[in-house]
Amino acid sequence: MSNYSLQVNNISKFFGRRLIFKDLSFEINNSGVLGVSGANGSGKSTLVKIIAGINSPSSGKIIHLNKQAEIIPEKLHHYIGFVSPYLVLYEEFSAWENLNYFAKIRGIKFNTEKISYLLEKFLLMPRKDDLIKTYSSGMKQRLKFAFALMHNPDLIILDEPTSNLDVAGKDAVYQIIEEESRTNIVIIASNEESDLSLCEKEIKLENFKPI
Amino acid sequence: MNSKALALYQKDFHSEMRTRYAVNSLAMFVIVAVSVILFSIGNETITQSLTAGLFWVVIFFSAMSGLSRAFVSEEERGTTLALQLVAAPSTIFSGKLLFNLILVFCMNVVITVLYSALFDSFAVKNFALFAVSFFFGNAGLAIASTIIAAIISKAGAKGTLYPVLSFPILLPLILTSVQLTLMSFEGSTFLDAKFELAIIICYDIIMLTASYMLFDFVWKD
Repeated sequence: MSNYSLQVNNISKFFGRRLIFKDLSFEINNSGVLGVSGANGSGKSTLVKIIAGINSPSSGKIIHLNKQAEIIPEKLHHYIGFVSPYLVLYEEFSAWENLNYFAKIRGIKFNTEKISYLLEKFLLMPRKDDLIKTYSSGMKQRLKFAFALMHNPDLIILDEPTSNLDVAGKDAVYQIIEEESRTNIVIIASNEESDLSLCEKEIKLENFKPI
Repeated sequence: MNSKALALYQKDFHSEMRTRYAVNSLAMFVIVAVSVILFSIGNETITQSLTAGLFWVVIFFSAMSGLSRAFVSEEERGTTLALQLVAAPSTIFSGKLLFNLILVFCMNVVITVLYSALFDSFAVKNFALFAVSFFFGNAGLAIASTIIAAIISKAGAKGTLYPVLSFPILLPLILTSVQLTLMSFEGSTFLDAKFELAIIICYDIIMLTASYMLFDFVWKD
């Protein structure tokens, strides 16, 4: 079990004058699966991007703690794995090259065993040397899981994790979520019943606030 | 410059070799610009001050045609998020700056060779002064172009905005570089050029410091 904690304190988000959500607070510690649901435009993706440190909240604060010590924003990427349909990897490189470059840019060792395990798990090993531009959208989505998990993150954020996936892909994702949630925190933003059924807690965004 | 920034440079270099985003447009611009100048001059002999000015005009516009690619290509392809998820902003800026520095130096060496071969008035008398001003001029150009590219990559009408925003920021650098190039043609000493050298070195330091301070805000939404 990880010693990771996420504290979301009264965060609100506006885009210009348009309110997305306000006064959102919750906390999750060590491990487990948290779901975020809500209608289209309710702010699910915005919320997970704020948690990942990609966007800033208009007010409020998000605190990431590792072993009780607050993680500074510059180091946050070491602890987070992120998957979403709007995440794009380099189409001019193969899956293997992409993951190799991302490992180097992260400053971590390229763990061949771990990468091979992830690519096997997501049924991409036979196509690992093909350029990503030749992949289907489902294969690209599966590769994003290898990208998100290669550095053993403590907080895994999955925004619509099963979009574009076939049955085999969805099964692989659900297995990974189950495995990872034993030791790490997993946040799933989705409206799919099958995705949300894995969650121990759920935050529903509606009318600009959690219910 | 750490190993992570170097890895980002390697990724960009490898990507450039496959996609030719920047190199082709740079090469075409340099060839076309130098050819047009050469044809318009014809048999006329141009002064050294005009040669120095034309030299930096080609450098400026070539930089405008290729250097914005460092960030614009990431934004256009949608890969910015992947970079945001794997590295700190300072690492990203360092990697992109290294790529632009090398690109600018390669491009300007080619322009210098072309000018030396094609223009009689491009005759450097103080080569050390030319080399020093060339180094600091190129460094300033790469630093300023990189941070401006990061800013405009988030905007619409990127192609128009880049030269418009770059012109006032790069003007002090270009004017000083033209002056230093002319001084190197005239055989001036470092002592004669100390004021211009101080300006160009200070410009580079200020621009580098400001860029690293600003980049955090530009990079994160």
